[in-house]
Amino acid sequence: MTAGLAVGVETAPPAPRRRRISPTWYWVAAVGAVAVVALVRVFTGANDLTSRGTVQAALTAAVPIALAGLGGLWAERAGVVNIGLEGMMVLGTWGAGFAGYQWGPWAGVLFGLVMGALGGLLHAVATVTFGVDHIISGVAINLLAPGLALFLSKVYFSNAPGGGQKQSPPIRDAQHITVPGLSSWLETLERKHWWLVSDVAGLLGGLTTQVSLLTIIVVLLLIGSVFVLWRTSFGLRLRSCGEAPVAAESLGVNVYRYKYAAVIMSGALAGLGGAFLAVSSSQFRDGQTGGRGFIGLAAMIFGNWRPGGLATGAGLFGYTDAMQLRGADAVHALLLLLCIALLVLAVVQALSGRRVIAAVAAVLGLAFGWWFLVTDALPPELVGAAPYVVTLLVLALASQRLRMPKADGQVYRKGESG
Amino acid sequence: MTGATPSSQIEKHRRFSARAVLLGLAAPVGALVFAALVCTAILVVSKHSPADVVDSMVTSAKRPRTFVIALNNATNYYLAAVAVAIGFRMNLFNIGVDGQYRLAAMLAAALAGASFMDGLPPFLRIAMTIIAAMAVGAAWAGIAGFLKVTRGVSEVISTIMLNAIATALVAFLLNPNRLAVLTGNDIHTPEITAGGQVPGIPYPGTSSATVHGLIIVAAAVGVLYWFVLARTRFGFDLKATGLSESAAVASGVNVKKMVFLSMLLSGGVAGLVGMPELLGGAHSYSLNFPPGIGFIGIAVALLGRNHPVGIAFASLLWGILDASSNGLDVSGVPKEIVAIMQGVIVLSVVVAYELVRRYRVRLEQNEVGRALGRTQVPEAVSS
Amino acid sequence: MTNAVQLTGITKRFPGVVANADVNITVRPGTVHAIVGENGAGKSTLMKILYGMQRPDEGTIQVDGAEVSFHSPADAIKVGIGMVHQHFMLADNLTVLENVVLGNEPRAGGRLDFRAARAKIREISGSYGLGVDPDRLVDDLGVGERQRVEILKVLYRGARTLILDEPTAVLVPQEVDELFGNLRELKAEGLTILFISHKLDEVLSVADDITVIRRGTTVASVRPGEVTARQLAELMVGSALPVPELRESTVTDTAVLEVDGLTVLATDGRTVLDGVSFTIHAGEVLGIAGVEGNGQAELVDALMGIRPPAAGVVRLRGKDVNRLSTRHRREAGVAFIPEDRHRQGMLLEATLWENRVLGHQTRVPNARGPLIDRRGAKVDTQRIVHEYDVRTPSIDVVAAALSGGNQQKLIVGREMSGNPVLLIASHPTRGVDVGAQAAIWEHIRRARAEHLAVLLISADLDELIGMSDRIAVILRGQLVSEVDPGAVTPQELGSAMTGAGEEVA
Repeated sequence: MTAGLAVGVETAPPAPRRRRISPTWYWVAAVGAVAVVALVRVFTGANDLTSRGTVQAALTAAVPIALAGLGGLWAERAGVVNIGLEGMMVLGTWGAGFAGYQWGPWAGVLFGLVMGALGGLLHAVATVTFGVDHIISGVAINLLAPGLALFLSKVYFSNAPGGGQKQSPPIRDAQHITVPGLSSWLETLERKHWWLVSDVAGLLGGLTTQVSLLTIIVVLLLIGSVFVLWRTSFGLRLRSCGEAPVAAESLGVNVYRYKYAAVIMSGALAGLGGAFLAVSSSQFRDGQTGGRGFIGLAAMIFGNWRPGGLATGAGLFGYTDAMQLRGADAVHALLLLLCIALLVLAVVQALSGRRVIAAVAAVLGLAFGWWFLVTDALPPELVGAAPYVVTLLVLALASQRLRMPKADGQVYRKGESG
Repeated sequence: MTGATPSSQIEKHRRFSARAVLLGLAAPVGALVFAALVCTAILVVSKHSPADVVDSMVTSAKRPRTFVIALNNATNYYLAAVAVAIGFRMNLFNIGVDGQYRLAAMLAAALAGASFMDGLPPFLRIAMTIIAAMAVGAAWAGIAGFLKVTRGVSEVISTIMLNAIATALVAFLLNPNRLAVLTGNDIHTPEITAGGQVPGIPYPGTSSATVHGLIIVAAAVGVLYWFVLARTRFGFDLKATGLSESAAVASGVNVKKMVFLSMLLSGGVAGLVGMPELLGGAHSYSLNFPPGIGFIGIAVALLGRNHPVGIAFASLLWGILDASSNGLDVSGVPKEIVAIMQGVIVLSVVVAYELVRRYRVRLEQNEVGRALGRTQVPEAVSS
Repeated sequence: MTNAVQLTGITKRFPGVVANADVNITVRPGTVHAIVGENGAGKSTLMKILYGMQRPDEGTIQVDGAEVSFHSPADAIKVGIGMVHQHFMLADNLTVLENVVLGNEPRAGGRLDFRAARAKIREISGSYGLGVDPDRLVDDLGVGERQRVEILKVLYRGARTLILDEPTAVLVPQEVDELFGNLRELKAEGLTILFISHKLDEVLSVADDITVIRRGTTVASVRPGEVTARQLAELMVGSALPVPELRESTVTDTAVLEVDGLTVLATDGRTVLDGVSFTIHAGEVLGIAGVEGNGQAELVDALMGIRPPAAGVVRLRGKDVNRLSTRHRREAGVAFIPEDRHRQGMLLEATLWENRVLGHQTRVPNARGPLIDRRGAKVDTQRIVHEYDVRTPSIDVVAAALSGGNQQKLIVGREMSGNPVLLIASHPTRGVDVGAQAAIWEHIRRARAEHLAVLLISADLDELIGMSDRIAVILRGQLVSEVDPGAVTPQELGSAMTGAGEEVA
């Protein structure tokens, strides 16, 4: 993902080349996954695995991750790696705190977005105009942003009513909406604890009850990104900057301008993610992002630089995040789920002839299964590591399916090649 | 005209090198000035007096005790920066120094504090602790190296993930049921007894702080780093890989082996990062153990241009800035102004280095062009 | 009648070099206008200026009689100038349609109008017989198809003036004839074509006007009927072109390199090198002829130990070296002039003496045990600079400051050091000026006389025929035939390379 060393490891696409998974298969896989989770729930009795409360918490946790991931997607589709997402999110949390407590949640959201966009602008100036290595610029922004946010917090919040050195005064939350009727009907269904039926009811219940308006906006942003990036000429030009900037330039595309647009958008989305964190937890706090920018990056890679994939990744990571606050037996059941997922992966890899990887996946899967069987609980400290472990496993065991933009992370200078 | 090199031109080239040194200094100095200007602007806008800030920091820095703290900070930063620089020199981004040193310090602290160590001679205890820390750091970095050479996983991503996993692991292990003990509200690894500690070096003018004894180890690491890079075949291969991987491969460098080895080396040095503090100051690993040194190391390595001497100056600067900022909060200015300054320095110094690099390449091409008469417009050849 | 393009007094300077000085060119509409000059004469820079990718320091450009000033290729496209680049400018991960419409997309209600784009591409493709499917991924296309996509891109934009930068470099003679047929058709439609080349026979057969560029400036404007190839060469380089030729045979019967059944698989499992077998003796040059992408790169990689073979044996002086690393092979006496010197041959940002060490890190005079012998390396670099006429003010400058020809001479000098027994030379004179070209040929001749075995890979058929004792033809990863360079013409060799002329085998 960077312009770093390639070490000659073969990560070329698999033999049936880039056959896109059809939407039908996507649905089948999704239903299958829910069925497996439902089975695990019935087997372990951990009802919280698919309860409405879990789904709601997962959704709340997934939204900032998805926003950071979407920010990463925009930048990387235009060929700029953005590991400064975390820093831009931090700026967003402060911005939301600053405007939010004074003028309400929507002003907070807007201001958080603007702060993030400024962070993106900084990254764009460094990487696009000055050709600084993308990773280095990202690291620098991650060093700078928390310091700046805390500085501003001390300056503006220390003496504000209800504020403090490291936190803003309270912000009102954005409106939440519930689909009337449907929600309570689903709740009754869920209480039956029937296999699959109650699970789907819990899932849908969580998605239709007390949903923040912000969440709905984020879903619209995801769909809008798909449209803009893949269906408009703006999107084609932007993606061409990430695939072959020299070719784009030779056809008169102003590569710098599109990279700027993409990276600023990236920062704005990350900032929005930070604003969501602040608004949904009713205030800005120092260190509020807790590495979610990095998890967003992980979700994007997990999702193979595609919006649908990153939404899946964000949902998954949000789900493990939500689990930390749920019952111990639900957390414990995650081990079994991981075991099953790895064994499925092992079968898939074995079928496509990659025996070594299949064997490694199988061994790891069995190890998690064994861990599940011999213990009664998973230490909560380790649950937080789940998104990172899952991403590492995906990178290590399924990387042949990943295809990032070809010129991603490469410093591009106008008129120097061709 | 042949390849003969008149002495005048060699002379010219020498002077040109001296100019290159000046150019090299221009970038960090320019970045510092720029950062100072940005911070001044921020202070003025936020209605603080820049002069008071400078005054407070200078007063603080003059105190011997502050200087000792700065030096001790700098020792940690130096080691972290060398760990990062080993990777940088071959275009490898070890973002994971942070996780590597924290995990290494935590496990080494648990080992050093274990009761069976009490019976061993001090030198052996200290050596065992340090070797254990290096081994842990190398192993943690080795995971990223292994994934890179076997599966092509970007080390940037894997080390970011490993940092977070290390955080979770440390939190998991730092538990009274596992490797830690509880003293009041404080969770920490068992205290390292006197025989396992490294005595400090007294500094004139202060009795309340001593210079970490392991500053000598940091210096040795710096010398070794310089020697390996500048004088050995291994160092040549490493630099060649960093300049052009494809050319290095064609020249016979086994890049996979180099990547794995340098990740191990980088991780090993990263393992050392927490040692001066652990064995010379804290004597146990707790939640108060200084975090984030790995990322500071990246900044310091960038500022010091991956050069052992440059890094030394950069880490000292960082240490002084950090140590002298502590008094600021008392005087009403958020001490994060220093963090902002550091962030701006990093960003502007990489921009400045890039600009200087471009200028230097142009300069050199011009010199060569002039020496070979390529810049004259050829006289019109009649058709 | 106004001129299609007129360049007046164009001058362009780069650090350390003047690329163009006072260039004057007049292009009549509806003609094929060739611009010839040797490598490094400044042709490409000139075309980039005309296409808006570079801005001239001085001079004016007129298109259809009106003065224009280009800030980017978009400006050039607007006035009807299109460029087919020598290196394809295509995004592999996008479809043909996306590549073609990029920068000039039909829109319908805020979105890209895929239907209209598809229809227009099908129409152009059909009317010029290009046979391009808009919905295929460029990654899946072959070299010929990619060039047709490039031409389609230009036609899609309604260009009236086409610049073709060395379009025949990747084509065999038969494909060149087809391309020239296309060019004549385009000319008949009233389009103007600027044709960049350094191959004089091609130029004489297709062009209506010829402008000669030498050392960055225009030195002559001639008509094909008025000059011979020989006169054109003298205008181009100031003297007769160097001729690649070998003197009497020096072939011995000591086998140096024996390759038997060498097979290499690509990452997706395709066979890219298929059971290749040959032997090279001391004092012998074996040429490999083939259209690029038929397994030459994989052959070189496998012989150098950069890419592991799936099957087969490689023996160097009777010893199986299959399991040896690249470094051990080099130490055993394999010298390597890579295809792309910037990618594989040197460290551009390192000094000349450090580049001398590259590839010889473990050997005297560069190393003493595990340490680098800086002094020894510097002294020996000084020797190479003198013996191989590398023009540089010092051995402490970075390699990037040298011209391509001097970089290549340094590489040749380095690789000839340390008494190699086998030289693998991949396109050794690609992109270098005629002076360097002649010198490199002379060094290969001399090394051959001293019983070096040489594997020569080249796309320049004259070089291949002139410098080889034997020529093997590679096609789709297999050695399909062997020809006698003394008896074969470039035409016949071209047929063999495309698989059309099995009879020459």
